[in-house]
Amino acid sequence: MAETKVKTPKLDRRDFVSDQAVRWCPGCGDYAILAQTQKVFPDLGVDREKFVFISGIGCSSRFPYYMNAYGFHTIHGRAPAIASGVKLANPDLSVWVITGDGDALSIGGNHTIHLLRRNLDINVMLFNNRIYGLTKGQYSPTSELGKITKSTPLGSLDRPFNPLALVLGSHASFVARAIDRETAHLQSMIQRAHSHKGSSYIEIYQNCNIFNDGAFAPMTDRETKSDTVLRLENKKPLLFGAEMNKGIFIDGHTPKVVELGDKWSIDDLLVHDETDWTIAMMLSNFTYQDDFPNPIGVFYCVDEPVYEVMLNEQIEFAIKNKGNGDIQALIDGADNWVVE
Amino acid sequence: MSIKTKNLDKVVIRFAGDSGDGMQLTGTRFTETTAIVGNDLSTLPDYPAEIRAPAGSLAGVSAFQLHFSSKKIHTPGDQPDVLVAMNPAALKVHLSELRPGGIIIVNENAFSSKNLKLAGYESNPLEDGTVDSYEIYSVQMSTLVAKACEGMDISPKTVDRTKNMFALGLLYWIYNRPLEPTIKWLGKKFAKRPELVDSNIKALNTGYNYGETVEIFTTRFAVDKAPLSAGKYRNINGNYATSVGLLAGSIKANIPLFYGGYPITPASDILHTLASFRHFGVKTFQAEDEIAGITSAIGSSFAGNLGVTASSGPGIALKGEAIGLAVIAELPLVIVNVQRGGPSTGLPTKTEQADLFQALYGRNGEAPVPVIAAQTPGDCFYAAFEACQIAIKYRTPVFLLTDGYLANGSEPWSIPNFDDLPIIDPNFATQNDDLPFMPYDRDEKTLARPWAIPGTAGLEHRIGGLEKEDLTGNVSYDPENHHKMTELRGQKVQNIVDDIPKTEVLGNESGDVLILSWGGTYGSCRSATERLQNDGKKVSHVHLRWINPLPKDLGEILIRFNNILIPELNMGQLFKVIRADYLVDAIGLNLVKGRPFKASDIVDKVKETIG
Repeated sequence: MAETKVKTPKLDRRDFVSDQAVRWCPGCGDYAILAQTQKVFPDLGVDREKFVFISGIGCSSRFPYYMNAYGFHTIHGRAPAIASGVKLANPDLSVWVITGDGDALSIGGNHTIHLLRRNLDINVMLFNNRIYGLTKGQYSPTSELGKITKSTPLGSLDRPFNPLALVLGSHASFVARAIDRETAHLQSMIQRAHSHKGSSYIEIYQNCNIFNDGAFAPMTDRETKSDTVLRLENKKPLLFGAEMNKGIFIDGHTPKVVELGDKWSIDDLLVHDETDWTIAMMLSNFTYQDDFPNPIGVFYCVDEPVYEVMLNEQIEFAIKNKGNGDIQALIDGADNWVVE
Repeated sequence: MSIKTKNLDKVVIRFAGDSGDGMQLTGTRFTETTAIVGNDLSTLPDYPAEIRAPAGSLAGVSAFQLHFSSKKIHTPGDQPDVLVAMNPAALKVHLSELRPGGIIIVNENAFSSKNLKLAGYESNPLEDGTVDSYEIYSVQMSTLVAKACEGMDISPKTVDRTKNMFALGLLYWIYNRPLEPTIKWLGKKFAKRPELVDSNIKALNTGYNYGETVEIFTTRFAVDKAPLSAGKYRNINGNYATSVGLLAGSIKANIPLFYGGYPITPASDILHTLASFRHFGVKTFQAEDEIAGITSAIGSSFAGNLGVTASSGPGIALKGEAIGLAVIAELPLVIVNVQRGGPSTGLPTKTEQADLFQALYGRNGEAPVPVIAAQTPGDCFYAAFEACQIAIKYRTPVFLLTDGYLANGSEPWSIPNFDDLPIIDPNFATQNDDLPFMPYDRDEKTLARPWAIPGTAGLEHRIGGLEKEDLTGNVSYDPENHHKMTELRGQKVQNIVDDIPKTEVLGNESGDVLILSWGGTYGSCRSATERLQNDGKKVSHVHLRWINPLPKDLGEILIRFNNILIPELNMGQLFKVIRADYLVDAIGLNLVKGRPFKASDIVDKVKETIG
């Protein structure tokens, strides 16, 4: 029987593996993120040729080379702007920005905030390892204050950015956090980002085992992670701990960690609401605070008008009002005259 | 007293006043009417960078010069014959350039002691002999419009703002122009405020009737129609022509136009104009900065739109890295630079052509970009269209250089028939199941690579700013490959010479002097050449449209002249390119005074050269 050229409708992980050898350092957290992405993508219900990965510069920005989809490894910090052009040119594409803490928050900070306030339907995966890896170990805008690196032998002097507070402040309509080692959870975050219409932002804690090893160890080590990680679930009380006996209580305007028992019951705890910006902002500020657990999961998810949808509505509106553009009439202009 | 009508070949009028006096608008209206009357014309708007510098100050003077003629003309004129000065500062700034014995029309009401002081006049120039050698008409425009609008329910301030229409009406009378086009325009412009339509039309009529009834003007002037070739004409400025040319390019390629840009003088009008083309499906994206302007355009090109960005020198500097990305990614892109005075913020509202080196060389690495320069306001249409053609055909960013003078200047433009313009084939790559897709395989003739857009099944591929391996486009650090790819990118741009028509020489194919020019100096150089040829000088003119690559036949033309004179509004940029590429001992004529050359500047230089 002759071979048919009908594509198998069902894609699997291997369909998204490109022919390029992956060149991250052995043990890098990026491998886990790549693997989860390749695992999830076949099930997103989108034809492979419609996926476009756009990245800037940095270790994470090599990601598009390893995904068998359309990809563009661009210049430092500009991926959100390139991706905006791609999405506006063809809103039918599923556009993913792959970026790191230096790329997105230092050189590309401006594009990050403007992409989010416009709310294009683009998904951003921020690989946050709190260090500059590709340039061999300088502190990044998310490195903790006092970080000792090659460029800061006596400790860094600038306070770190809190990425999720920044993106919530930019009115991102979907904000989530995941961890490279929490693979099932990471997959579900990728799925959620994909299904959200509007700009989605996932911060992924990613270990750089060469220049910043163990940056997130308390959140990934078996012994400590139950006490340091708060798993957000919509409409569920904010509960954590090995025994699930700790939670977040709001005292006046101030969040507090409380232990359940005689004084506090589960009914006293704050219930997470993905549509509540104030709760999301509060949770984002747990970052870098040792007294609080690090939330992972969906912080915020609301429907807001989407930029490219509105742009196309404007085009339709203009055509309805003025009729389809007539290029010859435009060239002729309103005032012209004939020379015999 | 009878009023004579005298025929003139040409007139240069300069309207000058405070930034708030509406001089640009007045000049533009006179231009539109003059175009409809059938004269040839050329304009030079000249305004300050400040939106409203302190009223009455020298810094706040805004001017608009218009040259119109019964003959074919190429420049806005070397010297005004008429100066309309709406206040003392305008008189102070512009009087020295008026032709000896020229006409001055002033708003006498504005010559208050306060305004005189602001202009730095110690005594009133209307009374102290300063203007005695000119033909001066001192008219109380403010008083007259106030009287004309008496009883109307509008504020005195609003009434006073119509004095520019008075001046316009008076000039229409002097130069025998109809009022109707302006009346029609006012009706449209102020459709929602009928009181402004009424007051402005009243002021316009009052000015016209003033000429008719007050017996101080003894002569009216007629300027006959110019012998333009038969056809349909309109008046057009450079930024508008650029915008329509870009749109025409995208329609002929049958792909949407995507414009990413950031506001900057004097390029913003391209953004404004394209934003009004939504009904053509044009997508304009006012980005957060210059870099996002160009990178969004690159993204759109990657996804199959025609990406365009426009800016001026400082913005182009910010785009430099992204232009390099477009070079190595080999994607179509049009980059418009409406040049202004530099360096840094420089002279935002003044013209200059000092960004040629920036266009040719302003990137890291070997990053050749084709460069085309428009030569007249109307030519911006064709230059923009051609930039789209080359960008798409060769998968390359293309620089289109215009300048502040071309952008805001206008001329009668012979309207092209859109159907006569060539089709542009985007030639998107399609799947060929028999062969693996090679994103850097090349067309044998042009060396252009395939344009495979996301959404096309089977052509999934990755590109980027790291050096590409020949054919596969995979990342490659191989030294031999890098050298080869560098040569290929260079050769691809060089291959564009085959699309450049034979160079036209105005005048003999050999002689004493060849004037070699590019960009917005076309008009001054052509006028100068005509004058010199009429004087019997052996002078010819070549004007370059493409500066990268240079036309094939340029070298053989250059060697047939004893002297090569290269006038430029920079300190010698094409000059250095020509000397380097052709080893000819060219002479430069270089001015950076924020305005176009006067034809006489060039005539004088030629005479100095050959005696």
